[in-house]
Amino acid sequence: MEKTQAKKKKPVSRRDFLKGLSGGAVGATIAARVLGQTKAPAQGQEVPVKIFTTKTITLTVNGKNYPLEVDPKTTLLEALRDKLGLTGTKKVCNRGECGGCTVLLDGKPVYSCMTLVVRADGHEVTTIEGLADGAKLHPVQAAFIEKDGYQCGFCTPGFIMASVALLKTNPAPTQEDIRAGLSGNLCRCGNYFKIYEAVASASEKMRKA
Amino acid sequence: MNKNGQPFDSGLAYHQEVKPKEGKGSPAVPPAAEAQEYKFIGKRTPRIDGDRIVTGRAKYTHDIVFENMLFGKILRSPHAAAEIVSLDLSAAKALPGVKAALQLKEGRVKWAGEQVAAVAAVDEETAEKALSLIKVEYKVLPHVLTQDKAAQDGAPQVQDSPNVQKLDDYSRGDTEKGFKEADVVLERTYRLAAEIHHPAETHASIAKWDEDRLTVYDSTQALFSVRDGLARNLNMPASKVRVIKQYMGGGFGSKLGLNDFTVAAALLARQAQKPVKITLTRRENAMCVGFRPTHIITVKAGAKKDGTLTALTMKNMTGGGVGRGDGVAEPFADLYKCPNVKTEEFSVFSNTCGSRAMRAPGHTQGTFALEGFMDELAAELGLDPLELRQKNYTTISESADRIPYSTKGLDQCYKLGAEKIDWSRRNKKPGEGQGRVRRGIGVASQIWWGAGVPGTLADIKIYRDGSVEAVCGTQDIGTGTRTHIAVVAAETLGLEPQDIAVRLGDTEYPWAPISGGSLTTPSVAPAVRDAALKAAEYLKKIAAEKLMCRAEDLVLENKKVTDKTSPDRSITLKDLAKTQPREAVFHGERSGMPATFAFNTFGAQFAEVEVDTETGRITVKKVVAAHEVGRIINVQTAESQVVGGITQGLSAALFEERILDETIGRAVNPNMHDYKIATSMDIPEIVPIFIPMADPRINNLGAKGLGEPPRIPASAAIANAVYNAIGVHPGEIPMTPARVLDALKRKEKRT
Repeated sequence: MEKTQAKKKKPVSRRDFLKGLSGGAVGATIAARVLGQTKAPAQGQEVPVKIFTTKTITLTVNGKNYPLEVDPKTTLLEALRDKLGLTGTKKVCNRGECGGCTVLLDGKPVYSCMTLVVRADGHEVTTIEGLADGAKLHPVQAAFIEKDGYQCGFCTPGFIMASVALLKTNPAPTQEDIRAGLSGNLCRCGNYFKIYEAVASASEKMRKA
Repeated sequence: MNKNGQPFDSGLAYHQEVKPKEGKGSPAVPPAAEAQEYKFIGKRTPRIDGDRIVTGRAKYTHDIVFENMLFGKILRSPHAAAEIVSLDLSAAKALPGVKAALQLKEGRVKWAGEQVAAVAAVDEETAEKALSLIKVEYKVLPHVLTQDKAAQDGAPQVQDSPNVQKLDDYSRGDTEKGFKEADVVLERTYRLAAEIHHPAETHASIAKWDEDRLTVYDSTQALFSVRDGLARNLNMPASKVRVIKQYMGGGFGSKLGLNDFTVAAALLARQAQKPVKITLTRRENAMCVGFRPTHIITVKAGAKKDGTLTALTMKNMTGGGVGRGDGVAEPFADLYKCPNVKTEEFSVFSNTCGSRAMRAPGHTQGTFALEGFMDELAAELGLDPLELRQKNYTTISESADRIPYSTKGLDQCYKLGAEKIDWSRRNKKPGEGQGRVRRGIGVASQIWWGAGVPGTLADIKIYRDGSVEAVCGTQDIGTGTRTHIAVVAAETLGLEPQDIAVRLGDTEYPWAPISGGSLTTPSVAPAVRDAALKAAEYLKKIAAEKLMCRAEDLVLENKKVTDKTSPDRSITLKDLAKTQPREAVFHGERSGMPATFAFNTFGAQFAEVEVDTETGRITVKKVVAAHEVGRIINVQTAESQVVGGITQGLSAALFEERILDETIGRAVNPNMHDYKIATSMDIPEIVPIFIPMADPRINNLGAKGLGEPPRIPASAAIANAVYNAIGVHPGEIPMTPARVLDALKRKEKRT
C-alpha cells in the first residue's frame, strides 16, 4: 500500500514544526508525523540533525504517578497500553474516528489516540481500569452488565468512559442527551440501543444513591 | 487456501458449511421440549464475564504481549495489478532491530494491499521503517476494480480465467409457462454496494514456537479452521498446532478462516526464534480482509390478480474482487410457494481483495432484492404487501425435496409484528402522504439456516470439591457463548450460572464448529446439555446410594440432590462430590437431525421511517423484529443480537459503501470516517419479539441460531418503508440522500 510513500522522509519546515506543537487533535497528527524523525540533510549539509530527543514526564493514571521517559511523538494511548500495560483502553481506528480509546483527562473525555502523552504531563488521567472501587464496580460499569450494553466488548471501555463523563456534566440526561453525548463513539456490533438503556439506568441509580 | 489465494471463500463454501447436515452425530436424545418451567433457560442472565469486559480486564488478542516478543509488519502491493520484477530485502534486514524478513510473493500481484513481504522487529516503528527499506521493482499492469467495468468486454483480465464466471443455477417447474399464466408481470433491478466488516478489533495474530510446537493467539471466529490451515500451510501435523482466542472484538464473517498474515507471523517467529505479533492497521482492515460483495440483481415475476405467484426468475451478477461473490438464490427458492422458479448467478473478478462472508452472506443481499420486489409487485397488483406474502406462504422447503419444516413460525412473526407496529397506519398506496417529510412503514421477511452442527463436543467436569467446569473449544465472538454454556449447565445440574467455570476458545478443548452461520448456540448448547444430562444421571446414581432411595425420584436443584418424594432427604452437591474417588468427566455430543424435515430460522421485520423529500434524508423511527429461532437460551443476549442485526442493517441501508477509484486502483475511504457507519444518533426504537416455539426435533434444547437472522431483513424492511413513504423504491443501498432524490426525480418523470 502506501507505507513506503508515507515513510519517505520529508524536510521539516519551522512553520510545520510549530504547527505540530500547537496542540489539539489536528496538531497531534501532524506532530506524530514530524516529531522525532531525523531531518533529512539539506543540500550542502553533511550531518543529519536529530530534531527532538526523549522527554521525561510524570503521568498520573488512576491516582498513581508514573515517571516516564517518552519519545514526544508517543500518544497517550500508546503510553497507556505499551508502557504501562493498561490494555483496557483500546486501539480501534487510531485516528480519532471512533472513540474506542476514550479516557478522562482531568475528568474530561479525550481520544487518547489523538492526545500526545506530553500533553498529559502533570494532569490526571482516568482509564477504564481506574473506575471501580476495588471489587465494587462504578454504577455505569454495573449498568452495562445489567442491560447487556455490549456485545464483543471492544468499544465498551470507550463507551463507559464517555458515559461517565456525560453523567458528570449532566446527571439526568434525556435519551437525546445520551445519544448526543455518546455520538463520538462507534459500536460496530451495533448495540447502541442497549447502551442507551444502560446509561439511563446508571443515571437513575446514581441520582438515588 | 483456494486457487485465488483467499483463505476463506465466501458464498458457496460458507453455505455448504452452514447448511444442516444430518446423521453425523450420535443418535438423537429426546428433545427438551417437555412442558417444564426452566429457571434460567429462556430467562435473562447477565453475562457471567461481564465484570471482565467493563473493567478492561478481558484480554483480547491485541492486548496480549510476551517477553521478547517481536512486532511484524506486512509490505503490501501499492498497485492493483503488477508483476514483481525484483525484490530486495537486504537493506531492511540490515536495519538495527530487525530480526526477521521474508519475501511472501513472486510474480503477479492482483490487488492493492496484497502481501509482498514481511518483517519482524523489536517494535512497530522499526518494523515500519524496515518496510520502507525493502526495494521492490514492479511492472505495473492494467487493472479493473468495479464489478460493472470488469464485466465489460475488453476489461483487463484479473485471473487466469475470464472475469465473468458462472456461479450457480437453480430451477424448478417451467417459468415460461408460469409467465403465460400470469395476469401481471413485473421486472425490477436492485443494486448493493460493498460493505466492509470493520470489526472494532482489527485482525491480529501472535505466533509462538516451542521447539516444533506452534501456539497461535488469533483474533478469530474459527479456531479449528485456523489450526488446520496453519498445519497445511506450514506442512506440519495439526496435533502440534494450538490456537487460542479468549476475547475478540468483532468479526462479522471476516475472521472465519486462516489469514495469510498469520502464516507470515508463524514463519517470521520461526526465523527469529521469538514470538511475533502482527496487528493489522485500520487501513489494512478496510482493504485486505474482505467485504460483502457488490450485486446487481434482476428479479422478474408473474402473478395472478389475487397475488398467487406463477413464475419467479432472478439473475445475480456479483463482484467478489479476486474471490467469488455471493450466491443469493436461497430466499428466491424457498421463501415463497411458487411452482416455477429459475435463478442464474454469475461472479465477476476484479482487482480488489477477495470478498468474505459477512453476516448472512447472500441471504442479506437476496432478501433486499426479493422483498423489495414483493412490495413493488404488491403495489402493481393493488394488494397489501403483507397479504401478498401470506398468499404465497409455504410450510414445506420448496427447494429441499419439498420436505416439511420442522417448525416455521413466520406466520406468527407477521401477525405479532404487524400488531406491534400497527400495520394499519401505513400508506395504503405507496407515497400517498403529503408534505415535505413523508412517513412510511415497510415489512421484509427472512429465512436462514441456523440448525447447528451434529458432532459438536463438550465436556462437563465435576471436581471433588463440588465445583463444576464446562469445556468446549468454541469461540465467544461477543454473542455471550460463555453465558449460554453456563446457563445450560447450571439449569441441568441445579446450579447458578455463576457456579459454572466455563472454558472455551482453545483448540485443546473438545471440537466445535466455526462461530458463523448462526451455528454456535444450536451446536454448542445441545452438546453441553448432553454432557450435563450424563453428569446429572451420574450424580443421581451416587446420591441414590447415599440417600438410600431411587435415582429416578431425585432432582437436582438449589445446589442439592433432593428426593422429590421426601424433600427433607437431600445431599448438597458439595458433600456428594467429596464421595467420588476422583473427579468425573462427562462427554457430550450434539446429536443428529432427522433427514425428513427441513430446519431453518424465520423472521419478519417492520420498519417505520421518515423521508425528507427536499434533502433526501431518511430517519428510521422504529423497527419491530419478530423472529422464530426455536427456544431462546438467554433472552438478554438474544435481544442484543436483534438490536445489533438491525443496527448493522440500518447502517448498510443508509450509509455503508466502499468507494473505489479506478485511477488510483483502490478504495478512497479505507477508514472509519469516510466509510460511514451508523452512530448513536441514527438508531430507532427497536422492539424484539421471539416466537415461543421450541423445535421438537432439532436438538435436545429445541434451539436454533440467531446471529444472522436479524441482519437479513433489516435493510430490506427499511427500503420498503422508504418506498411506502415516497412511492418509489430507491432500488439501491446505501440509500444516500442523493439516491433518494434521484428516485424522487424518476418518479416525477413517470407521472
